[in-house]
Formats: sequence, C-alpha cells, structure tokens
Amino acid sequence: MSAEQVSPPRTLFDRIMDSHLVRGETDDAPAILYVDLHLVHEVTSPQAFAGLAARGIKTRRPDLTLATIDHSTPTLPPDCNGKRPFVSPAAEAQVATLLRNCAEHGIEMLGWDSADRGIVHVIAPELGLTLPGSVIVCGDSHTATHGAFGALAFGIGTSEVAMVLATQCILQRKPKAMRVTITGPRPAFVAGKDIALYVLHVLGFSGGTGHVIEYAGEVVQAMTMEERMTLCNMSIEAGAKAGLVAPDETTIAWLRACPRVPEGAEFVAMAAQWRTLKSDPDAVFDREISVDISGLSPMASWGTTPDAAGPIVEQIPEPRDTNESRGFDYMGVAAGQPNEGRKVDVVFIGSCTNGRLSDLEAAAAILRGRVVAPGLRVIIAPGSEAVKREAEARGLDMVFREAGAEWREPGCSMCIAMNGDIAAAGEVVVSTSNRNFAGRQGPGSRTILASPATAAASAIMGALADPRRFAGSPEPEQEAFRA
Amino acid sequence: MRQPFVSLTAPLVGLAQASVDTDQIIPARFLTTTTRQGLGDKAFFDWRHDATGQPIAGHRLNGIAGQGPFILVAGDNFGCGSSREHAPWALLDFGFRAVLSTRIADIFRSNSLNNGLLALEIPADIHQQLLRAEGTAITIDLAARKIRAPGICPDFGFDLDPFARLCLMEGTDPMGYLLGHSATIADFEARQRSEMQ
Repeated sequence: MSAEQVSPPRTLFDRIMDSHLVRGETDDAPAILYVDLHLVHEVTSPQAFAGLAARGIKTRRPDLTLATIDHSTPTLPPDCNGKRPFVSPAAEAQVATLLRNCAEHGIEMLGWDSADRGIVHVIAPELGLTLPGSVIVCGDSHTATHGAFGALAFGIGTSEVAMVLATQCILQRKPKAMRVTITGPRPAFVAGKDIALYVLHVLGFSGGTGHVIEYAGEVVQAMTMEERMTLCNMSIEAGAKAGLVAPDETTIAWLRACPRVPEGAEFVAMAAQWRTLKSDPDAVFDREISVDISGLSPMASWGTTPDAAGPIVEQIPEPRDTNESRGFDYMGVAAGQPNEGRKVDVVFIGSCTNGRLSDLEAAAAILRGRVVAPGLRVIIAPGSEAVKREAEARGLDMVFREAGAEWREPGCSMCIAMNGDIAAAGEVVVSTSNRNFAGRQGPGSRTILASPATAAASAIMGALADPRRFAGSPEPEQEAFRA
Repeated sequence: MRQPFVSLTAPLVGLAQASVDTDQIIPARFLTTTTRQGLGDKAFFDWRHDATGQPIAGHRLNGIAGQGPFILVAGDNFGCGSSREHAPWALLDFGFRAVLSTRIADIFRSNSLNNGLLALEIPADIHQQLLRAEGTAITIDLAARKIRAPGICPDFGFDLDPFARLCLMEGTDPMGYLLGHSATIADFEARQRSEMQ
C-alpha cells in the first residue's frame, strides 16, 4: 500500500463496529459482530437458557459473561429468618432460575452474597468491565449507559441473549450514525439529567430510531463519567440503538480506579489505545444535530413520553400532537398551567439513570437538615452495593432517614416497578428514572421524570419544585408553595 | 421449528394510537415468568381490564382474544421502550401474526422477527387506508413480497430484510445460522488472542 492511500474517515462507531466484525454484512445477511461483554439479569434470560438447553449447548464464553440480579429483587431487607420479601413466588423463582443457570454454565454471578451486586448498568462500570472500544450487550434497553465509556453498547431481546450465550456473537445490520453536539456554557444547577431530558425534547421520542448517537461538544467533554452515563442511558428514549461518548482523560481516570482494570504497564498500554478511539475530524455522520444548553434550567416531564418535558419554571405548552394530548389527560395536566407546583405523592431516587453516588449526593445536599412534606413517600434505592456502602460511609443514609425517606437495598425498584415497589393508581411520582409511560410505576400511576436534585426539592415541597429554590436563603415556604 | 410464514390472510385489527410502548403491550409486573407461553392473557392488559383485574366488558380487544390469526395495524413508532421479548410473545399468543406500522421501534422489530411475528413498515397513505378497514381480511404474501387488500387499496409491494424474510419463510430463528459460523467465530477469537500478545 502506498503512503498516499489512506482509509476513508471513520466515526468512533465505525471503528468499534469494524474491529468486531467476525463476518461482514451482505445483502443477504446481517454482519456477525463479536461481543466483548454480555451482561445477564434474571428477567430476560430464563427463556434464553431454556433455549440453549433444548439444543444441548452451553455458553461459549462464560468468561465474557457476567450476571446479576436486580429487576425482580426486593429492595426491602430480609426478615429475621433471612427470608427476602419477594413480590411473588414467581419473582423468587425467576431469581432462583438465574442462580441455577449461572452455576450450570459457569457464569460469574454477582448475587445476594456479593459485595458487587447491583443494577447491571451500575456495576459493570464500577468494576471496570465497561471498557472503551468494546461491544457490550444485555437483555435490557438501557445498555446504552455503557456508551459513556466509548463502548458500543445496546439492548437485545431474549432470542439474541440466547445467540450471544451460544456463540458470543450478535447479528447486526449497521445502524446509521448521528452526532449530537451539545454546546454551552452550561448554566449552574443544571444536572446531567436535565441535559438528557432536553436533548430528548429536541430529538423527539423516535428521533433517534435506527441510529447510534455520538454525543460530542464542550459540554459533553466537561461532563463527569456519571453524567455521561445518565446522558447515554436515555438514548433509547429517543429510539436510538446506542449512545456513546469518545473516551478521554476523564474516562481513563475513572477506569484507573476500578478494581478489575489491569494496573501498571498493561494499563498504560490500554489507555494509549483508548486515546486513539475517536471520530476522525472529517468523519461523516448521517445526521448532525447541535443542541444549545446555554439557556437551560432544571427540567421535568409533563407527558407520558420522556421527550414531553421542559423547564420547571415555565408553563406547560400546547401538546404537539394527539398522542401528547392523551399524555396530558393521563397526567392530569393542561397547557398553560405552571410546570412547577404540581402536587406529588411519591418521590423515587435511584435507577440505572440516576442511582449513582453523585446522584445521591445531589439529593442529600437538598434533603440535609430538612424533612419531606407530610404524607409524601420517598424511596431511595442505591444503584449497587458499592454505591450503598459509599453512601453510608458518607452518612447519606442518615441524611435520608432523618429527612423521612426510606433507604432501600440496591435494585431497579420503582423504575420498572416489577418487584412490588409501586405507586398507587392516580398517584404522582417524581422519579429520577428514565420512563414516564402510562402505568410504568404501577397501574394508573403518573410519573414525572426529573433529576435527583429536583426529586429532593419536590420531596420537601410536596410538589414539583425547581431545586434552585434551595440554592440560597431564605428557605422556601412549603405551605404557600403547595397552596 | 415454528410454523413457516409464507402467506397470511387474516382480518385487520386497528390500533391508531401512536408510540404504543412495550409497557402498554405487556406491563412489567408480568415479566416474572420464566417461560414464553401463555402471555396472550397479559397483552394490553391494563387497557382491557379494570382496576380489580376484571376484563372490561365490551372492550374491543376482549371480544377477539384468542380468535386469531389477526394482522395488527398499529400507530406510528409501535413497540418503543424496553427490550422485553415478552411483547412479541404476548402479541403472538393473543393471536397476532403480523404488525404493520409506519414506524416500528428497533429492538421490538428484531424481537418480533426472531419469533415469527412479521413486523413491517408501510407507507403512511396505505397505513391510513388499512386503519379504516377494521375486520377486513387482507393477504400478506411474503413469498411475493406483496400485500393484497382488495377493496381497500391497490396491491403493493414491500421490502423486508432478506435474512429476516428467509427465517420467517423457513420457520427458523437465526441461531442455527450463527452456530453454522462457529469456525469463523473461532478464527476471530484466535486473531484477537494473537493481537493481544
């Protein structure tokens, strides 16, 4: 090859895809893509293992597979006999099924006895298993979370879980590439979640369908890893296949501290390779979008899709279509009413979107020395055992308990609400999770998506509240606020 | 091996609402199952049952449960949200064999095709015509890649990923195809190992 011959410019997504091609895509068949890390949980895996058993095959690479239990698991502690309060015998059996399947297949299980158990998308980055340039799949749509590290990470169905268990590969037609450039300056008191909700609002609920999104720009570069995870996590809420951020020194600093990342010369070599993982300056994206957040303030959703959201200090606008109008009816809101001040019954802080240490710190900063509004229920579920340990070491659990909040065991809890942690019909939940679909947090429940700071502020005020109210003195008046 | 999907003639069931997410198709509290079977009862459960879990008398979907096969004409962006394969399992068990929409969410589409549920995007004008033809039988001819809806709209052709189409027509899932490439996969792994040294 002569020196003049250069390969065409590539996006980061192209690079990762190319380096994992076992067999390229043809007209007749999708590409066969190698998977570096397969994360498994109890809800979307039993039928996959059963499928393998029916064919008499075992997991090809148990060493590249990691399992945990998080979705169906109770977040209340076991009783004095060690019995855990599962929502149903079925939920208990589902967890037992995964424990058994992992034992049979030689798959590492971070279960009840593990100090590393937690929400699947929280624990892999904590352990340092989520590595730049890798392909990561999981039977869970929020797998895009791992894209924060410059991995190509996406959710798959149970049939695909079976395929990955059996072959360590996935069939994939190449999605389109989109770049979302976020420009600032980023205003004070704007959380990663506020940015994620605003990006969704701009993209629309299906605006990312068929695309892998690369988030770029000065705002993204200045984000912490936890904020990048929140941003990438919600890519699926725009319908995107995945979301990712090119690795940089922030990424490398996070990974250097992780227990399962090699040390010394090996780490130096890995980091050098990670630094090459970026889109070429002249790489062409199928779609480019620029999002200016210089005027942004804390956000909250008002409809039943995550993009139906806007600044808390503004009025709720006219619905954009009949679908959004139906969402307004379900939520009991009307165009023209203030977003702020809507009465709240339950506050949930946690999930793979916002269940990490910095999220709990943000909530604690507002809850410290204050009490939640009378009659309001606050559930705080740390994202993992590690998050729980560190939060307790910092005394956050006491801040929450003294404020009147429930400090739970790690798990998905009210985000998917399949473990018994639910809101009643008609109740309004301010939730730091990712979906506000009708009935998502229990039949008839109504969800307002927001940041941990907004959730904490709303817990004290008993109504949706802009967290900037707690930024200075005087203390906001709760009685007047709710009236 | 499932029933091959070569040609299907079945009545249309319309669901005009846009962005029906997988929590509507099957609520999360029913995902504690460890099998694929019997989820038809849970399809659109919270739409067609009251707060006590009793079927709502006169609900259109309750009137047709278990009487399939049907072809679902769904609103734009159908199946958005979670990756739960329980959604196509529930739709199939309810009696749907095909979903036609102007846009279908990525994961739901691949989950559907992996289970023999044809998920197909169609043009907006034809979609509107089909939505107005509740109960009328149409034919989806996968072999000819044509939809015939006499009295509703002229016959029209469609594109479907050739690989997905083959799997549907043979009644197979792609697992066998992947397993057939075991040697290629082993070569890739060997290459990876040598690059790391």
